[in-house]
Amino acid sequence: MSRLHDTFQQLKDNHKKALIPYITAGDPSPFMTVPLMHEMVAAGSDIIELGVPFSDPMADGPTIQRASERALQHAIGLRDVLSMVEQFREQNSQTPIVLMGYLNPIEVMGYETFARLAAESGVDGVLIVDMPPEETGALTGYLKANQLDMIFLLAPNSTSERIEKVVSIASGYLYYVSLKGVTGAGHLDLDSVDQKMQQIRSMTDMPVGVGFGVKNSETAQSIGRLADGVVIGSALIERIESCLDTPESAIPAVSELLKSIRTGLDSI
Amino acid sequence: MTSLNQYNYPDQHGHFGPYGGLFVAETLMQPLEELNRAYQKYLSDAEFLAELDADLQAYVGRPSPLYHARHWSQLIGGAQIYLKREDLNHTGAHKVNNTVGQALLASRMGKTRIIAETGAGQHGVATATVAARLGLECVVYMGAVDVERQKQNVYRMKLLGASVVPVESGSKTLKDALNEAMRDWVTNVDDTFYIIGTVAGPHPYPALVRDFQAVIGREARQQIQDLTQRLPDALVACVGGGSNAIGLFYPFIADDDVAMYGVEAAGEGIETGRHSAPLCAGRPGVLHGNRTYLMEDDNGQIQEAHSISAGLDYPGVGPEHAWLKDLGRVNYVNVTNQEALQAFHTLTRKEGIIPALESSHALAYAAKLAATMRPDQSVLVNLSGRGDKDMHTVAKVDGINL
Repeated sequence: MSRLHDTFQQLKDNHKKALIPYITAGDPSPFMTVPLMHEMVAAGSDIIELGVPFSDPMADGPTIQRASERALQHAIGLRDVLSMVEQFREQNSQTPIVLMGYLNPIEVMGYETFARLAAESGVDGVLIVDMPPEETGALTGYLKANQLDMIFLLAPNSTSERIEKVVSIASGYLYYVSLKGVTGAGHLDLDSVDQKMQQIRSMTDMPVGVGFGVKNSETAQSIGRLADGVVIGSALIERIESCLDTPESAIPAVSELLKSIRTGLDSI
Repeated sequence: MTSLNQYNYPDQHGHFGPYGGLFVAETLMQPLEELNRAYQKYLSDAEFLAELDADLQAYVGRPSPLYHARHWSQLIGGAQIYLKREDLNHTGAHKVNNTVGQALLASRMGKTRIIAETGAGQHGVATATVAARLGLECVVYMGAVDVERQKQNVYRMKLLGASVVPVESGSKTLKDALNEAMRDWVTNVDDTFYIIGTVAGPHPYPALVRDFQAVIGREARQQIQDLTQRLPDALVACVGGGSNAIGLFYPFIADDDVAMYGVEAAGEGIETGRHSAPLCAGRPGVLHGNRTYLMEDDNGQIQEAHSISAGLDYPGVGPEHAWLKDLGRVNYVNVTNQEALQAFHTLTRKEGIIPALESSHALAYAAKLAATMRPDQSVLVNLSGRGDKDMHTVAKVDGINL
């Protein structure tokens, strides 16, 4: 079975929730990404979502847009991201890595090449924000052939028909977007998350991670009660951003936030 | 080329061959489905269409005339050139055909808030105009760079009651304004209608905007036959996103004998890389919800477009144009800033019509084309907008500070 499947199975057996941090590869500089990834694992992360920088991140809020822009100043492309994963794998063969980003860099590389290179680099899953199940085309086959999981988003306004469609093609886990909006947006409505989670649970046994709006230990805890895992992105990037003058200090800053969230999740 | 009598695109999933589609995040899937249902319903609803027609007549000023540019044709000494006068529409360009239609659709769908993206400001003005009339709240996203260079249009939008939000991300131009409008929409999907200004974006926008703009081609097809007793030999229109071009071309697609030319902006020259010609010099990719030809680098990052005409300054193009290119039905060509400026001045002096810089690209190519044709042949050009908004730009080129 896949690393993602095994990870969720182990967490379930130990009655734990998955901590899934997101960073953009190459932010704040290409040399920081792999050390950050190792530190995130040391701080208790279970899965890493690694963002592929894109010039037009339509579904992201200002924080992740800025992260993408910083990475693009270093001209970080998909191939660079894959070599970062390869480098990470030299010391870590356990922690699943999910590439998260937009379709165009993959289109340019070619679906078949991408799937092969991603698998060779040690990637476990792929979440393409602007590729709903309807548009996956030939990519699904190439990813499956390379044992890569395909993670999809579900949203507060996803109808039953849409959830069914997503569930039929997704593997690894589902990513529930807790609010209508872009990444890093404000308020959480726990009641609505609760309701939607029940609907999703009634349609699949696949693990569900919840993201958008998770900021700290408290929000992670409230979300963690309802989900199998929490995704934290913008709040982490904000930590990185506050350290731009001394980039190395981003490592302890990220670690501190993740540790407090880990503690929060473990006390559920 | 094979006959396109059976041309019927997009398919039910919004695809024009390999192009188009619905490449958006999950949160937008449901509102796009809702929009598609409304579009299917109302574009065959007699009452809706009657109201739209009445607005196009009394408010926009349709039908726009077809004008035989005799003096200019004579000067060129080739084919007769006919100008479809979209510059005479209310707000000064073809953009309003679409905003009137989409705003009517928004009202039918019970939406109370309108958002739009704009580059040069023409679509923003056209949107603010219809929103004012229908009493809808209106927010227009505009790249910070464009806000700076199109101050007059920004002021027009504000007068009309719209809020103009300068977009500071990315290249701070049209493509970034579109990103930001999408972000607004995803956040406020329940009460907000997004009026996209061109035949790009996710399905059903490319089809929806085309259908609202096709009034240009329907009228022109009748008018040219009334004037010349036959169809034109060629159609010419400028292509940024491509809405005025599709609007003219669409009703002629099955007319095999009518050649079609879509004119992209070559900016400072294709070879300099500083252009806005994805169909001529780009390659297929995915941006803003659809697959189409794009200006992009080897990593798939979208490149900045360049043109003297802000309305053509877009690194993508409507997916139907991508398909018409691959089918070989439309010839996509390009003209430089310099050539466009020359056509701008010639038309102004010979016909007393000051064209928009966007339309001047079409005019420049039409002049070249007409020169290779016989005087008993005809070329129909879409004069998509008037040049008043470009006074500052043209004066600056001439070394004059207004």
